[in-house]
Amino acid sequence: MAMLEVNHLSIQFGGLRAVDGFHINIEKGQLYGLIGPNGAGKTTVFNLLTGVYKPTEGIIRLDGQDITGKSTIEINKAGIARTFQNIRLFKEMSVLDNVKVGLHNHYQYSTLTGILRLPKYFKVEKEMNEKAMEILKVFDLDKEAEILAGNLPYGKQRKLEIARALATDPKLLLLDEPAAGMNPNETQELMDTIRFVQEHFHMTTLLIEHDMKLVGGICEKLTVLNFGQVLTEGETSEVLNDPTVITAYLGE
Amino acid sequence: MKKNMNKTTRSNFITYGIVIVLFAVVQILSSTGNLSRLLTGLLVPLCVYTIAAISLNLVVGFSGELSLGHAGFMCVGAYSSALFSHLAADALPPVPRFILAILIGAAVAGVFGILIGIPVLRLRGDYLAIVTLAFGEIIKNLINILYVGADKNGIHAATTSSGLELAAGGKKIMKGALGISGTATLYKEIKPYFFLIGVLLVLLTLFIVQNLVHSRSGRAVMSTRDNRIAAESVGINVTKYKLLAFTVSAALAGVAGVLYAHNISMLKVSVFDYNMSILILVYVVLGGIGNLRGSMIAAIILYALPELLRGFANYRMLIYAIVLIVMMLFNWAPAARTWRSRIAEKIRGGKTKKEAA
Repeated sequence: MAMLEVNHLSIQFGGLRAVDGFHINIEKGQLYGLIGPNGAGKTTVFNLLTGVYKPTEGIIRLDGQDITGKSTIEINKAGIARTFQNIRLFKEMSVLDNVKVGLHNHYQYSTLTGILRLPKYFKVEKEMNEKAMEILKVFDLDKEAEILAGNLPYGKQRKLEIARALATDPKLLLLDEPAAGMNPNETQELMDTIRFVQEHFHMTTLLIEHDMKLVGGICEKLTVLNFGQVLTEGETSEVLNDPTVITAYLGE
Repeated sequence: MKKNMNKTTRSNFITYGIVIVLFAVVQILSSTGNLSRLLTGLLVPLCVYTIAAISLNLVVGFSGELSLGHAGFMCVGAYSSALFSHLAADALPPVPRFILAILIGAAVAGVFGILIGIPVLRLRGDYLAIVTLAFGEIIKNLINILYVGADKNGIHAATTSSGLELAAGGKKIMKGALGISGTATLYKEIKPYFFLIGVLLVLLTLFIVQNLVHSRSGRAVMSTRDNRIAAESVGINVTKYKLLAFTVSAALAGVAGVLYAHNISMLKVSVFDYNMSILILVYVVLGGIGNLRGSMIAAIILYALPELLRGFANYRMLIYAIVLIVMMLFNWAPAARTWRSRIAEKIRGGKTKKEAA
């Protein structure tokens, strides 16, 4: 069964149809790329999938469950986690706490338990710390656990965002331009991390990216978006050599 | 990560320690007769403003919303508890009565926090500040016209003095703009211990706020401050946690109000105006947003200073203004911050060297 199944997804902003009849079908465990020129509507698709915008029409199914029109919080609980094009970390909180916020809905104790410091507080906090450190280790961030997230170097901030998203234990991970602003070394390292996450966490990933080296290097399938519509889709190598795609990117 | 726990716990205990040391110093000064009458009179209000500043910091510093209605919550706590104290004056001995009064003040202020928080927290930034300011004033003005009395038929409330229609032998408790008088005399027996009670309430407030901030809910509150959209994307219910912080803060402001109301002979609503809200906000901002220890120290210095400077009548406000500016620079100027972190490092470095030796 498909992990993510989207059909006829559209959104209208006034007179502009930013996304028009978008469809995608991602199998479990797939690493899927969403590419297209600037302003094609890629991030809008992410915002529709995560409930930031409510679609004008269309249907979104995650692992068979209809999540169309649900709120961001419900969609995260249903199993979609994302990162942002312009990094959105909790900058004034430590790296560890950023991940622990991601773990919020999986480890429970009441506010009163926290204030009174009942035994359950210590027990659950310890479990949360262990789990968070385990995730940070995957991203090689465990040594920076105590640093404020805003003080991390850029590349590590991007990694921390992925770590935080993974902490919510998603079925589907959406990465919005994870390599933006990275140098070739960092991009290479990021590719390895994404691959590792894919295997280690049995993740299904949809990523937006402009770096064709990264897209060509790790994505199994691609969908190309142009002017809000699907231009083409298929195996990565075929799509990247498709003349219409090259035209869309480079012009006539 | 274990180190982290120890670090925050240690920092919490340092804060409790500062309060206890200050309390001990005051006690020693007082028992050796070195404390002036003026200063003695300031002690309980100092606790009131410290509690208010710490609780406001929960909203301003940790949930990141600028609230200008804090005096309104203090007002609600003050009036509800004073009213209770008068009604229960004959029914209960002073100690349990006072404990109940604190709980009632906190609960009523907390309920107002929820009721006001639900509409207000839909707004952001400046709009939220303006609306909380308005709510604070509305509360003040409503209480200003409220008359409450009790007689053998029960409790009566009205908007005019004659509207109460009390039976013979009934007594007026809340008298509109004249407020509630004689609350302090109901507690003659425990009045000498009010400073101790105040310090205990400061410690309780610190305990609640510090432990809340370093818990699962506290992290959720801070995440909504740092990035609302990202918080929602990881499944944090932003409204719920903003409301939680707002309500706890309001309830603790209510506790400050209770202490204020029971320490004063004439409780008048006019003191709970926006000037008071802004004064508390000044303590929070100058003490450092999100820094509880700072709020506490700023409240103590900035509240006591103008009173202690009464001797220099002409220069009083000048000195006060200079202290405000110096504190602001010390807390916020980049050069001062680097200097502070360097000093902190030196102290820490010295310590580790000592430990090594």
